[in-house]
Amino acid sequence: MPAQIPQPTIDSDSREYWDGLAQGELRIQHCTACSHYVFYPRSICPHCFASEITWVKAAGRGKIYSYTVVWQAFGRFAEDVPYVVAIVELDEGVRMMSRIVGTPPEAVKIGAAVQVTFEHFDEGVTLPYFQLTE
Amino acid sequence: MSGSGRKAAIVGVAESDLGRTPDKTVLQLQAQAARAALDDAGLGFGDVDALFCAGNWAWSPNLMLAEYLGLQPKYTDSTNIGGSSFEAHIGHAIAGIEAGLFEVALITYGSTQRSDRSRGSVPPTYNLTQQYEGPFGLPNPVGSYALAAMRHMSEYGTTNEQLAEVAVATRKWATLNPKAMMRDPLTLDDVLNSRWVAEPLHLLDCCLVTDGGGAVVVASAARAAHTPKSPVWILGHGEAHTHNTITNMPNLAVHGAAVASGKAAFEMAGLTPSEIDIAEIYDSFTITVIMTLEALGYCGRGEGGAFVAGQRTAPGGAFPMNTNGGGLSYCHPGMYGIFLLIEATRQLRGECGERQVQNAKLALAHGTGGVLSSAATVILGKD
Repeated sequence: MPAQIPQPTIDSDSREYWDGLAQGELRIQHCTACSHYVFYPRSICPHCFASEITWVKAAGRGKIYSYTVVWQAFGRFAEDVPYVVAIVELDEGVRMMSRIVGTPPEAVKIGAAVQVTFEHFDEGVTLPYFQLTE
Repeated sequence: MSGSGRKAAIVGVAESDLGRTPDKTVLQLQAQAARAALDDAGLGFGDVDALFCAGNWAWSPNLMLAEYLGLQPKYTDSTNIGGSSFEAHIGHAIAGIEAGLFEVALITYGSTQRSDRSRGSVPPTYNLTQQYEGPFGLPNPVGSYALAAMRHMSEYGTTNEQLAEVAVATRKWATLNPKAMMRDPLTLDDVLNSRWVAEPLHLLDCCLVTDGGGAVVVASAARAAHTPKSPVWILGHGEAHTHNTITNMPNLAVHGAAVASGKAAFEMAGLTPSEIDIAEIYDSFTITVIMTLEALGYCGRGEGGAFVAGQRTAPGGAFPMNTNGGGLSYCHPGMYGIFLLIEATRQLRGECGERQVQNAKLALAHGTGGVLSSAATVILGKD
């Protein structure tokens, strides 16, 4: 049996996020006090320190802010090399880490437009990966 | 001298055994380094009234280490912000000394990460804020620095050749340091032809993984007046942190923590970057150095690659940097910051033999921790 993908320890900050992914929705937060979007989920707005945080469904579109092609990996990830880990800037303005899939690594560029895709793992976790949209 | 003046000084420095120390524990390494640093200062364990350390070998490293050494300090600080912790400890120590809280501070570090082979494992679960990065398989810290390097290259045109210049120049210094782990000459092609770890970083863009420990003794001016060697005065200090996870770094092409820590340190010292004779710059990865030089004001944003070109930082170059061979070629036991202070002190004392930089009066030691998360800058000077 192959090693499992590392599991998130879901907590009361993150449950809505992980539940959303399982249902095919990318959920982020919105601060009603200062109107900034917020990711990762938390109980205080890091922009204005207010606690009026609500959940919204993100459009799932964004651009690659930066990326790396990983050639040396450990555990479960070693079987995936080479693979692309990226920081994606969503159209809502927040950044999140992800994988860029469905394309050879050399096609990946900073600034490229991407769209979320949901990767369901046997272990029950769903991760938001991204694909190039061109 | 201006700034914080002559209120506190580094009076003793030492390493423990370095490289591979399979028969030693982290406590033994620190006891060895602490004894040697106190000997260097002409002091004993009984003179120590404040303990500073950072580590992950116990839930409370200070409690375990102090008990092991037989110390009962009246002041203790376990600030851990990664590799820059020890430059932060220097700032906290001078503040405590100036406040009259203690007179002699012992700063230590030790790690057996190489012998433990503790790097490179993947935990089965990720909790708290790690759950939003961990499942994607970014190897840390190298992957995070790779993300910064890729962004720096994209914004400024920094090249792999420029990154390699740092590794090659640093190796030249290591060939002059008998304690350095990697002393064979290195070429730009060697770096560029080494395997990818995480693009755009090659294997030889990455620091070593070694065992080792170090210790630094800081004393008040009154105590420093009676130590056998000339005191190395702490003239300036600054520290800052901007994020924990690389995704939350405000701008991946700017080492923001170093911008803040450098500005504070130079202001305290009343000095400018061009007045510094020797720079010891944290080199976890080659990109770390380039981004730090920009942040400290040695060149403009995006100009770090051009700044290090032509082996400018090598022995005989215009900008002596990482004169012990750095984390890239001398040693790097997980957190490297204490070794920056040790080398800067030895250079100012003129103890560095073949690698000695002549007439050095002012030195800068800059630590970077986490994933470009934290920074602490220390400016040192001799009489």
